[in-house]
Amino acid sequence: MTDISYPQYLDLAAGLFLLTAVGVLWRHQLAPMIRLLGIQGVALAAIVAILGIHQHSLELILVAVGLAVLRAGVLPLLAWRALGEAPAQARETRPVINTAASLLAAAALTLLAYAVTRPLVALAPSPATAVLPVAVAVVLIGFFTLVTRRRALSQVVGFLLLDNGITAIAFLATSGLPLIVELGVSFDLLLVVLVLQVLTGRLRTTFGSTDLDELQELHDQ
Amino acid sequence: MTSILLLLAPIGLPLAAALVYAVRGWHARTTAWVGVATTVLLAGDAVGLAATVTTGGPVQTGGGLIRADALSAWMLLGIATVALLACWASPAYLATDHTSTRRARWYGILLHLFIAAMATAVLAGNLGVLWVAIEATTIVTAFLVGHHRTRPALEAAWKYVVICSAAIVIAFLGLVLLYYAARHAGLDGQQALDWAALTGHAHQLDPAVTRIAVGLAVIGFGAKAGLIPLHAWLPDAHSQAPAPVSALMSGVLLPVAFYAVLRVKAVADPALGAGYLRILLVILALATLALAALLLIGQHDYKRMLAYSSMEHMGLIALAAAIGTRLAIAALLLQMAGHGLAKTVAFLSSGHILHRHVSSKIVDVRALAGRMPLLAGLFGLAIAALLGFPPAAIFASELGIARAGATAGLTWVTAAGFILALAAFAAIITHTGRMLLGPPHAPTTEDRSDPPAAFTIATAMPLIAGLLGVAALGITLGPAAGLLQSAASIVGAP
Repeated sequence: MTDISYPQYLDLAAGLFLLTAVGVLWRHQLAPMIRLLGIQGVALAAIVAILGIHQHSLELILVAVGLAVLRAGVLPLLAWRALGEAPAQARETRPVINTAASLLAAAALTLLAYAVTRPLVALAPSPATAVLPVAVAVVLIGFFTLVTRRRALSQVVGFLLLDNGITAIAFLATSGLPLIVELGVSFDLLLVVLVLQVLTGRLRTTFGSTDLDELQELHDQ
Repeated sequence: MTSILLLLAPIGLPLAAALVYAVRGWHARTTAWVGVATTVLLAGDAVGLAATVTTGGPVQTGGGLIRADALSAWMLLGIATVALLACWASPAYLATDHTSTRRARWYGILLHLFIAAMATAVLAGNLGVLWVAIEATTIVTAFLVGHHRTRPALEAAWKYVVICSAAIVIAFLGLVLLYYAARHAGLDGQQALDWAALTGHAHQLDPAVTRIAVGLAVIGFGAKAGLIPLHAWLPDAHSQAPAPVSALMSGVLLPVAFYAVLRVKAVADPALGAGYLRILLVILALATLALAALLLIGQHDYKRMLAYSSMEHMGLIALAAAIGTRLAIAALLLQMAGHGLAKTVAFLSSGHILHRHVSSKIVDVRALAGRMPLLAGLFGLAIAALLGFPPAAIFASELGIARAGATAGLTWVTAAGFILALAAFAAIITHTGRMLLGPPHAPTTEDRSDPPAAFTIATAMPLIAGLLGVAALGITLGPAAGLLQSAASIVGAP
């Protein structure tokens, strides 16, 4: 890879990364949402691999392989299994905010991401940090998905978007955290998704659905 | 060599206990007491570690990955004491609850993993490891919150995991940005999340990036400590979890999360000046106090009342952190300890009250003082300690926070905080009065097919011990005074 093409490859992978996040907001069926999440995992691994090739770092390339297995393989597969048990509920029926408004919100959040990341880019301008706003936009879109969706599984997808975005920020800004922290974080993330998968199953057997509007037992009055 | 053992034992002992429960299961006569034995050892270890750091300064092992200074030792003492009371009360709780052997085994495993995760959090020398440990507490307590498998318990567990994980991920983003700033300030990869190295090089950090990083970290860890805006999980989780788990979550998990805020503050203040975090913490503290007071006034459920009282105490603790002088930090740490002990007794006794009345509604519990004087007395004394009646430690610590606020030029803010706390005080005293005194009406206990087990002195022992502890702390700190002073000087401005 020559140095002229390096920023372009990076931009391409980052573009795919953002596009899949917007795609999750656009689709309401749960199955395509999970598929998009898998593609986003590939894009994330590609970003790390491109950084690794550019810096001639074998460690980063190995981390990229690990990320691809976890984010594009294991985590979407876990979400898929939680979905497989209830094909009848494969749709986000009544999102709090409709599709058009969600997409506009995604555009606004992307602009916001460019505004808030200016001090981050200014600290160390480089092709990698120039992509930081895209990763921050994915974090914001993930948070937006988490708060506006009602199905248990789409909240899990929103949480994973949020986490993919933060992982991208970590690699773009600093080429990754110390290995022990990185391993601990990945392990925690895997366990959180496992816990949420088990809880989704229990919610379904207890409440008969995973519509979170059913969760109204606990309130103050 | 001894210091390495003292540093590793607090993590190893609870892990060993969890392993025992995984292999042997929970048996009322034998393994049920393994947890008590390991937490007694844990408490002994915490005392040893406190003595070591008071005389010899910070100790560390594993290249700084595990480190303890006076602040860590103080937190570990709190964890060990509350864990001891919670483990001591667990056999009686599980017996009255008719827990199946399988669930009791999981209870034992998860409870001790929870203790191990909290010990790791306060002994971590690296903010990244601290983060991993705090997230681990969410994972292991998720099924403890959902232990009863009822609809409300599952709902509470779901909200707990989703809100806390999202919040703590925000804190992680803050740590990533802090690492970014630290790398560009010349720290190498191993040092850039090490809180000792970060505090030492704080003035070299890029202020613009550090400002974003610190804000995100405080909001994220603050959510886990029960501060606004991501507090919604707290009343649900604390009211649905089994009583000993509620005691641990409220008494020590909230302070452990706030400990993370203190470590971030120690980096932020030299890098950004004290003003930035002070404004942020004052806003969080007053908003949390106002919400807690408001929801306490109209409260109908006594377990939720205890949960909102925890939010009120965390609000005062955040206020003390905003004041930030040594006196304020010392009062904050004393408040953590006093609240931890008193809230443990309150939650444990509320568990026994719930068992005897089936309902957790305040209206369903009447004239408890006449029917069950021992239980009512313990609950009433725990509430009195929480409200800050002397000789409880909270009396001394709240006085300290008020004085520190006045001398630091934050008189109006402190006054506003204490007016809100006073509203909460009035609400709690009214609700508790209704439960303990009030006119007796048809006792609900007679509706039950199986009469509840008697509340004996043996069952009451952990509660009595907790109350004696909180009173003793309020009267004298004894040898711990030196530890508290050096812990306060780590974070507090002179």
